[in-house]
Parts: sequence; C-alpha cells; structure tokens
Amino acid sequence: MDVALYFLSWALLAGGGFFCVVGAVGLLRMPDAFTRLHAASIIDTLGVGMIIAGLMVQSGLTLTTARLGIILVLVFFTSPVASHAIARSMRHRNVKPVLSEDRTGEGS
Amino acid sequence: MGRVISMAIVLLVFWLTLSGHYTTFLITSGVISAVAIALLAYRMDVADREGHPIHLGLSALTYWPWLVWQIILSALNVTRIIINPSLPISPTLTRVKMSQKTDVARVTYANSITLTPGTISVDIEGDEILVHAITRDNASDLEAGGMDRRCTQFEGSV
Repeated sequence: MDVALYFLSWALLAGGGFFCVVGAVGLLRMPDAFTRLHAASIIDTLGVGMIIAGLMVQSGLTLTTARLGIILVLVFFTSPVASHAIARSMRHRNVKPVLSEDRTGEGS
Repeated sequence: MGRVISMAIVLLVFWLTLSGHYTTFLITSGVISAVAIALLAYRMDVADREGHPIHLGLSALTYWPWLVWQIILSALNVTRIIINPSLPISPTLTRVKMSQKTDVARVTYANSITLTPGTISVDIEGDEILVHAITRDNASDLEAGGMDRRCTQFEGSV
C-alpha cells in the first residue's frame, strides 16, 4: 500500500476518533437534553464520516469500499431521524429546554 | 412501469454489492428476489415518485456535496464550543419558513437541519419548522434561508 494513502487513512481514522471523543465530552458538559443532542450529532456526522472514509482509503477500490459507502449513506439518513424523534417526543411531553432566547413567541 | 424496472435494477445492484460471491445460484436468486420485490412494491403502490425518487439523482449530485461542506463547517463550530472551557452556548428556539411543496423535499430540508450539528428540527407546524439551535448565530443563519433556497432548488429541478 502506498505510504501517502497509508498516512491519509490513519489521519482520517485518528480525526474521526478525535471527533467521537469531542462528542462524548460535549454530551457530558451540556446543560440539558436538547443541547446534548447537538453534541451527539458531531459523532453521527464527522466522527462516523471520517472513520468510514479512513476505512475506505484502507480497502481501496474493492467491494468493501462500496459496502462502507452504503453504511455511510444509511447513517446519514437515519441518525437525523433518531435525533428528531427524541427532540419531538420531548416537546410533546412538555420538557422545557434551557433557553437563552425564545423567538417563537410562546413564552415557554 | 419504467420506475418498477429501475427499482429492480437498483435492488439487483444492491444484492450484488452486498453478496460478493458471483456463482450462478446466488446471482439467479438475486434476480428472482429483485424482480419479486419490485413487483410487490408495484402491487403495493409504493414504487412511485416518493418511494423510488430516482428523478432526484442529478440534483442530489449538487445538493449533497454542498450539504457535506455545511456539515463539516458547523461540526467544527460546535467542536470549538465544546472544547472552549467557558462553554459559550446560547440555546435558541425559533421558527423557520419552509417553501418546499413536495413531502420529499420537506423531509430533505428537515433532515438537513438536524444533520447539521448545531440545529435540530423539533416539530413541523403547517409551513414552519420549529428549530432548536445551540447558539443565536446558528438560529440566525438558518433564518436567513440559504438552506431553504437550496432545498427548493433541489426540488425544482425535478
């Protein structure tokens, strides 16, 4: 395997790991459930995205790369649905978010 | 009927990608399953513009790269907020107009909002999406409507 590709792939994997850690730290630091969802979405997007991209560089032009691509698309379509489901169910159960500003005019 | 045929082809390609073993038996069962599922989808009336939106292919090629770039930018932004010891968040709840007409484009817009770190679509009320943003700036960026216009373009090129 080419040395440049090798380093590119490990840079992507390390970067993905870094963003997963950042997301986990964010989950612990944020004050309420809504803001925690924002931290979690870093893991879903940059964390998973960079790790899968790094693995794709590792496997080169093979079927495995195509399968990894399918996994990436699957995560990108389903993870926002899960975040949205959590946020919507909190709203419907009247969980009040910690807000600095409310522009909806509900005074909630 | 063209949509059913294209659905069968997409399913067959999906089968071949996941399988990787190209023996006569496995390819034959793949063809049979793909055709059976496509016919079943046709009978169930889900092989339509919404269930198999192949007409969005070309505009997705321009919309997705732009979305990925937005995701990277805002993920880095949220990363800076999390790493910052003073945690400079200003959570904001706001309503954003959505100007798309079809359900597919509306779902794309709401999904794009949630996929972008820093904003989450909480609820849909008529023509508006209720959005929770992690900072005032994130909320204002979304209210400016750049993503809304992109999604309407995405829909308009159908």
